[in-house]
Amino acid sequence: MLKNRRKPMMGGSMSHDEYQIHKAKILTPAFWVLLTLTVIGFALIAVRFIWGIGAVSNLSDGYPWGIWITYDVATGTAIACGGYAVAILIYIRNKMHYHPLIRSAVLTSLFGYGLAGFSVMVDVGRPWNAYNFFVPSQWQANSAMFEVALCVMAYTTVLAIEFLPAVLTRLQETNWSRARSFLEKYHGRFGLDTPVVLEKLEKLGQRALWLQPRLDKVLIFVIVLGITLPTMHQSSLGSLLLIASTKLYPLWHTGFLPLLFLINCMFIGYSIAILESIISSYGFKRPFEIDQLSGLASITPYLTSIWLCVVVGDLVWRGQVANALRFDFYSAFFLLEFGLVATGSLLLFSKKRRQSPRWLFITAVLIVLGGALYRFNVYLIGFNPGQGWRYFPSLAELMITVGIVAFEILGYQVLVKLFPVLPRLHGHEVVEKV
Amino acid sequence: MSQLGHFFGNGISRRDFIKTCVATTAVMGLPFSMAAKVAEAAQAPDRPPVIWLHFQECTGCSESLLRANHPAPATLLLEMISLDYHETLMAGSGHQAEKSLHDSMKANHGKYILIVEGAIPTKENGIYCKVGGKTALESLRKAAEGAAAIISIGTCASYGGIQAAPPNPTGAVGVRDIIKDKPIINIPGCPPSPYNLLSTVLYFLTFKKLPELDEMGRPKFAYGRRIHEHCERRPHFDAGRFAKAFGHETHAQGYCLYKLGCKGPATYANCSVQRFNDVGVWPVSVGHPCIGCTEPDILFRTAIADKVQIHEPTPFDSYAPVDLKDKGKGASPVTTGILGLAAGAALGAGAMMARKLPDAEQPAEHGQGGDHEPKE
Repeated sequence: MLKNRRKPMMGGSMSHDEYQIHKAKILTPAFWVLLTLTVIGFALIAVRFIWGIGAVSNLSDGYPWGIWITYDVATGTAIACGGYAVAILIYIRNKMHYHPLIRSAVLTSLFGYGLAGFSVMVDVGRPWNAYNFFVPSQWQANSAMFEVALCVMAYTTVLAIEFLPAVLTRLQETNWSRARSFLEKYHGRFGLDTPVVLEKLEKLGQRALWLQPRLDKVLIFVIVLGITLPTMHQSSLGSLLLIASTKLYPLWHTGFLPLLFLINCMFIGYSIAILESIISSYGFKRPFEIDQLSGLASITPYLTSIWLCVVVGDLVWRGQVANALRFDFYSAFFLLEFGLVATGSLLLFSKKRRQSPRWLFITAVLIVLGGALYRFNVYLIGFNPGQGWRYFPSLAELMITVGIVAFEILGYQVLVKLFPVLPRLHGHEVVEKV
Repeated sequence: MSQLGHFFGNGISRRDFIKTCVATTAVMGLPFSMAAKVAEAAQAPDRPPVIWLHFQECTGCSESLLRANHPAPATLLLEMISLDYHETLMAGSGHQAEKSLHDSMKANHGKYILIVEGAIPTKENGIYCKVGGKTALESLRKAAEGAAAIISIGTCASYGGIQAAPPNPTGAVGVRDIIKDKPIINIPGCPPSPYNLLSTVLYFLTFKKLPELDEMGRPKFAYGRRIHEHCERRPHFDAGRFAKAFGHETHAQGYCLYKLGCKGPATYANCSVQRFNDVGVWPVSVGHPCIGCTEPDILFRTAIADKVQIHEPTPFDSYAPVDLKDKGKGASPVTTGILGLAAGAALGAGAMMARKLPDAEQPAEHGQGGDHEPKE
């Protein structure tokens, strides 16, 4: 159904043709559920900032990072690598065929990275010192942590710019119907004067019209940055744990951590792009993008194979195979992580399964879970700060993470209904019943 | 006793006074902030006087107090504490001295602190020790009558000391064997550290009560632990390195003196911490084994070269906590329950969704499933 398309060119110039606003009701039951979770999460974040980290979390001197860093930062940014992985495919391997997928992938990445940076602010013990980050004389350029922080901030900005064309297009095309009805309802209140506000909004549209072609010209540089930055910091996320040689269980502590994290984020990125597309199609009742998805799915097993080979080869080289097969606590988690990724990849070698939405979904779930478990293993499960220390996230701590994830899904749900993000459907416009 | 100011230098400076108060507070094991309270008590105008009696002894306890390098403890005791009667220090003699003792006991009846130095002979009605025509036994009983508390300084006053060593010809005993109806604090030692006496007196003045005592009547702040526990040669003991003979290479190396008869493992005192002469020396630090002078059953009852039985050969287990206690917070049942439910629900939703998704690509309508957003 998506085959007879003109081959798109670079950048956002073809955005009018490739993407569409998902026309559906915004205030669905799912919206309210997610909003509730978001509000709970952010209320707890407020508690954290008023009464301190100890009031909401189980973090301690032994476990200075917990679920926030492990999930929201280390795993969340990998899950947010859909934009990165798809961008590599489109711009490095020049497969423009996948271009319609990029915008929704970029949007998820934008939420993933923005909120990862936000989570760090929740997690740091003395957030009032964070301004030092913007003072170059305070930089510690040899620190992997510094590089991660710099890249996460830069990449979030890059993603925002990459998403900007969707906003600009919308600003030009909108007739401000929602704004009009709002203004009519509240005319005179809040100091709102309908004609004046509308005039200002029109001007905004004109500015967008002026900006768009100029942005298109430089967008490719931004995209190049958007590919470079994750390559830098995803490997650095692995480097961070190199320092914990006595604390990280030997199954996971290896000089290959940066490489493993880099490949890991790529296959998680492709799998999450598949998942996101299938879930959107399913949830929004749109047809599945089988063509592109099976294409992505044909790449993942090769990436995972490389990753699994590095893992096994490294274990053999370091003489840790016996540890991996000990079937104790650590070995169980290692085998689970390994098994999930390996099973998901093996299933994907079949072309028939790659054409099936169900199998695409199952394999993507397996690979994402396995890949995410790898990051959990490295950051939390395989990490032992010393005898006697223990950690399990508190309910409030978990609810903050849940609130942040809920906010991501909520934002995605709302923005695809406001801006042209999802791939354009040709032939049949499916509109959700209200 | 103003003539003593002449003897010990011109009084005591404020700085020395406060320093001494801080030192004694530390000996009592009290927090630093208590030093101010101790200093206040030492200056109170109505502080009780001290009467000091000498019986069968060598005056070594008084000497150790007076001949300390820094005069602060002695000066403090003599100037700050109202010492009304001290046979070796007072200027008066004969009937004049007796009158002073009598007057003070009468004027401060029930309030004064009685310090006793030396053992009391009991054989033949105590005729072996007489002062001013009265036996030690009589003097003690009379002075104890009006005392608020009695401090036995030195091993002799505490347990009888060398006079009571077998065969004990004079029937010498300590104060606690004669006086039964008064609070008695023993400060044993031959001699004891002057700081232990000073701290005890100041504790009494500050808190108006006796410090916590062990079963021998010794203040626990000074006699609560064996000297072995804090001995600087303890690592050698734990490592099994012992001095084999005086002058031997192992002795010169500073090894543990246990095999030379050190009684440290059985002796309760703070010598290894507080030390002597205000310069941080004590017998073990200069190569001589502890003789166990604060223990009634060791000094004068066992030979100096005898080895004591060690009941705890291994170091005691209350060092700084590097133990196996759980640190940090683990899982709570509610959290794990909710997490389990959420994970189960997500897994279930995922499985349901996988079931509803078409197995093969279908050209027509898809996704007739529920309208909720399934979880990953």
